Amino acid sequence: MNKNRYIQSYCRITNNVIILNGKEVFRESSEDIKSFLKTVYKNFEIKYSKFFKMDNLSKLAFLGAELLLTDENKSSNIALVFSNAASSLDTDRKHQESINDIENYFPSPAIFVYTLPNIGIGEISIRHQLKSENAFFIFEKYNAAFHHTYENSLIQMNKANSVLAGWVNVDKNTCDAFLYLVSKKGKIEHTTENLIKLYNN
Amino acid sequence: MENLKLELKAKIIENLNLEDIEVSDIKNTDALFGDGLGLDSIDALELIVMLDKDYGIKLSDPKQGKVIFESIDTMAAYISENKTK
Repeated sequence: MNKNRYIQSYCRITNNVIILNGKEVFRESSEDIKSFLKTVYKNFEIKYSKFFKMDNLSKLAFLGAELLLTDENKSSNIALVFSNAASSLDTDRKHQESINDIENYFPSPAIFVYTLPNIGIGEISIRHQLKSENAFFIFEKYNAAFHHTYENSLIQMNKANSVLAGWVNVDKNTCDAFLYLVSKKGKIEHTTENLIKLYNN
Repeated sequence: MENLKLELKAKIIENLNLEDIEVSDIKNTDALFGDGLGLDSIDALELIVMLDKDYGIKLSDPKQGKVIFESIDTMAAYISENKTK
């Protein structure tokens, strides 16, 4: 076990609630994910007009990164390692709807570009000017052991100074994100057990 | 023609998700790309789809878009002359 890696900060975002470092920082009942994510964007006074062009999965990942990558948390080389179960299915369905009818076949390029789950990583990289290691994995559920190993190895092999990582899932009008920043600073040790504990809280 | 220009502004805002912009913010002569509205290459593709879907205009050469999508004025003029629905 490596004792000098820490979960420097973390957040949990579900349909109605945001918890940042163990404290509830936002609660809002919205009709759908799109409305909820927009309300979060407005509430935290984020200024980034391209946000509105993103799909729900990218918006969710983007907002998590906004909460965690503050000026004091930022380092020059932050890797991004995300995972989820639904991949980009939420947007894939929208794309499919636009091509179902051959008589009314007008696929939207703006939707099509989000039919990959890792596009959100690109959006975060553009926003924070990151040119770092990144990966997006698909699991049935959040795999803390895998994440722990992968995040540790990135830092251990000097591929990154810190890692923004976690679970970001959107499907059937529900969203579920658990994102955290792994670095050499912090109070919560970066262990599989702690990741599971924080995810389940 | 003025109605068409208003319609185009509303469609551009809606189809391109320009949440922070109102119809009244877009002047007929404003550049849609670059320093104007700041649209990007995906937006250009979306506009090409919009011409086809809403006005029955198929652009055979995407390079035409550079001239057609210069401003609301140029878009409206092109649509008026070429629309099939």
